[in-house]
Amino acid sequence: MEGLTLSEAEQRYYCDLFSYCDTESTKKVAPNGRVLELFRAAQLPSEVVLQIMELCGATRLGYFGRSQFYIALKLVAVAQSGLPLRVESLNTVKDLPLPRFVGPKNEQELRHTALYSSDADNSTPYSGVIPPPPGRVQVKKGSVSHDAVQQRTSTDQQESTSPVVSPQQSPPTSPHTWRKHNRHPSGGNNDRPLAGPGPFWAPFSEAQPGSSATGDPIWSGHSPPPHQENWVSFADTPPTSTLLAMHPASVQDQTTVRTVASATTANEIRRQSSSYDDPWKITDEQRQYYVNQFKTIQPDLNGFIPGSAAKEFFTKSKLPILELSHIWELSDFDKDGALTLDEFCAAFHLVVARKNGYDLPEKLPESLMPKLIDLEDTTEVGDQSGEIGYSSSPAEAPPSKSPSMPSLNQTWPELNQSSEQWETFSERSSSSQTLTQFDSNIAPADPDTAIVHPVPIRMTPSKIHMQEMELKRTGNDLANPTSPLLVKPPDLSEENNVSSSKFVAGNTVADGYSSSDSYTSDPEQIGSTVTRQRSHSGTSPENTAPPPPPPRPHPSHSRSSSLDMNRSFTVTPGQQQAGVVAYPPAVPPRPPPSQGVGPHVHRPVDAESLIAHTSTSPQQIPEQPNFADFSQFEAFAASSVNEEEENEIETHSEVLQVEKPSDSAGSLRVSKTDGRVEDKAAASVPVNAGKGTTPLAPPPKPIRRRLKSEDELRPEVEEHTQKTGVIAAVLASQPSIPRSVGKDKKAIQASIRRNKETNTVLARLNSELQQQLKDVLEERISLEVQLEQLRPFSHL
Amino acid sequence: MAVCVAVIAKENYPLYIRSIPTENELKFHYTVHTSLDVVDEKISAMGKALVDQRELYLGLLYPTEDYKVYGYVTNSKVKFVMVVDSSNTALRDNEIRSMFRKLHNSYTDVMCNPFYNPGDCIHSRAFDNMVTSMMMQVC
Repeated sequence: MEGLTLSEAEQRYYCDLFSYCDTESTKKVAPNGRVLELFRAAQLPSEVVLQIMELCGATRLGYFGRSQFYIALKLVAVAQSGLPLRVESLNTVKDLPLPRFVGPKNEQELRHTALYSSDADNSTPYSGVIPPPPGRVQVKKGSVSHDAVQQRTSTDQQESTSPVVSPQQSPPTSPHTWRKHNRHPSGGNNDRPLAGPGPFWAPFSEAQPGSSATGDPIWSGHSPPPHQENWVSFADTPPTSTLLAMHPASVQDQTTVRTVASATTANEIRRQSSSYDDPWKITDEQRQYYVNQFKTIQPDLNGFIPGSAAKEFFTKSKLPILELSHIWELSDFDKDGALTLDEFCAAFHLVVARKNGYDLPEKLPESLMPKLIDLEDTTEVGDQSGEIGYSSSPAEAPPSKSPSMPSLNQTWPELNQSSEQWETFSERSSSSQTLTQFDSNIAPADPDTAIVHPVPIRMTPSKIHMQEMELKRTGNDLANPTSPLLVKPPDLSEENNVSSSKFVAGNTVADGYSSSDSYTSDPEQIGSTVTRQRSHSGTSPENTAPPPPPPRPHPSHSRSSSLDMNRSFTVTPGQQQAGVVAYPPAVPPRPPPSQGVGPHVHRPVDAESLIAHTSTSPQQIPEQPNFADFSQFEAFAASSVNEEEENEIETHSEVLQVEKPSDSAGSLRVSKTDGRVEDKAAASVPVNAGKGTTPLAPPPKPIRRRLKSEDELRPEVEEHTQKTGVIAAVLASQPSIPRSVGKDKKAIQASIRRNKETNTVLARLNSELQQQLKDVLEERISLEVQLEQLRPFSHL
Repeated sequence: MAVCVAVIAKENYPLYIRSIPTENELKFHYTVHTSLDVVDEKISAMGKALVDQRELYLGLLYPTEDYKVYGYVTNSKVKFVMVVDSSNTALRDNEIRSMFRKLHNSYTDVMCNPFYNPGDCIHSRAFDNMVTSMMMQVC
């Protein structure tokens, strides 16, 4: 009581203890709670305790003041020393050892003893298990001890279920008792990680010899430093350490624990547990168990467990579906509907935790998060065994065997090249989205990928594609298909600038058309157009859209055509010198390629071109003396036009017509020697005949170009009626052209050449069509005759 | 921002409905119910075209003096209806779209859960959290 003199160490010790007991910091310690616990921990008979309390005056006061507390402690020490409890002994007994409190207190005491009495080796942590937390000793001690007491209680309750749990491992406490304990208001909060891992084991009856073995010696050792460390670190370390400390302790009164347990402690525990997520850490044995279970479902450790299989598996655990659903949400990290090994282990761990009474966390604990790194199992296992229960690193994750879970979503695009990722990819339901990306990303020839993705092929030929095709097709002097294209436009532009621009452009376009018209409209038409262009300097490079007809086999006609053109040109002058002069520059308004044998696509365009032609024709009709000639052909062509779309050629042949007098058409025809010649011949005839004829199905692009260049002409294009118009237009264009002859002679001549070629082609086509028409007519006549013959018989 | 969020199944029964001012819950339920008509109308209007051509975000379904109702339909005819306070003028269309996108993603995650039977009410905590995050500002 009074006059209590305490040694230095005692003073400190008592002060610590008082702080510990004084949870409310009121400088008064109630007999209940920690003090009581403390006294019990002193392992003194209860009557002695009562006596002590009496002596120190607590019973009088009803609480422990600081002095009373100190006295009591001293008395405890006295009692523990075996000395009779006397007030006098307080001061008389010298060198009284510090009171020892068994169990948590004991540890603490020991620690304190070590601290105060001897600066013992606090260094060596509990075999390195629990790293000493940074200086959180005093306050935490109290909580720690409290926790320890609580844990101990629970552990004691669960003694039956599992042996001593080493601090290294999650205490294998029985799930049931733990659960009961958790239900106590003592704040056995479900986050109490202490028993969590342990109970997990219990259901799986995992032996923990190692743990107990390790635990016992440690415990038996009671070495202050380790305990000290434990205690010190407990504040920061997972409850496992507390459990360790507590486990060997004597049985604690559950009620005491309950009463002792305070919200603060619970919070501290929770905080401690959550701060390091150690309760969720999977121990080595646990993980092994999980892995084995995983193998039963999915032998490949790098593979996935589909959602349905996982559902069946976890339903066996008899947890409510709602909770299983929540567990799934937590564990399926990448939200793909399948579980990798990591995810599976996390899910399993959560199931075990839940079964043992732990509430499911809202967020996946870090230790359960699947890691992206492909860590070595061995190394991690080793770490785990050594560090189970350690709080050294909060994020200590179980070995992640399978590659990348959370990052998978992000790494998927990067993974497209590796085949194995392809496999995983294919398994993932959510991969469908990225698959499309892959399709686009994957190079057509990716030898690395096990999965061959069909490379999307462009159905619509792009300009480049067309050019490529042209390249293939042309195979002639066309060194660079694009170049002619490129060349052409300048010519076009020049011509446009020079003369009735449209006509010029039309010319070039027509050339392109003519080249393409000879064949069916194909994507290759453009190619042919290009080839044409080479020879005709015609097709515009914009002929990308509609597939051009098959490439003309006579791309080399450029020369020949030019020659022909020249020849024809020379011939034509006979007919129309002036016209000839005029012709070259006069590019037919919209030279319909007209070679395309009926690319239907071109039809409308041709019609337009024809219309355009017609529009011009009326204007020009009176101008040219050659109209008469043309009109002949025109009539001739008209008939054929009706039958063929290739009249387009004739529209193109407008240009040709312009350039070639009616006779020239024939001459052109003759001159033409290549396939193109056919068309040209056909074209030339029909050109002359039906200048307004709609451009034969030239590739839409050239047609378009033609149209573009011949805006005015376009509106009225019409195949059948246009011929005359075309002719007229052509003729009309002629006079206008000469204006700029001087400027663009070359261009004009080139266009003339082109036109002539087109003409010949068209003429040939026309002739063929005429032939067909004749044949058909003959057939018709014969049929009619037969009918007539039969009729009389029918009457009979 | 949103005062009420609802997920309606294909058969037009609610899978999930939650409103912030809980005292007016019934009113919001009624609002959502009536908005379903508008949703159906919008769906059928563009229904001529193929489903994929249909835009998922339906936009403002109808405004009242207090709030505006926005709609969103998935390709499986699951509808999301969001009631937004009219006083929240700063809310732009893009934000509404992003909110619906988040809703859709969360809903997809719920669907991926093998323990979720399509057609059940949604009890997912993650979904709840996401919705809460969208609605929180009001309280």
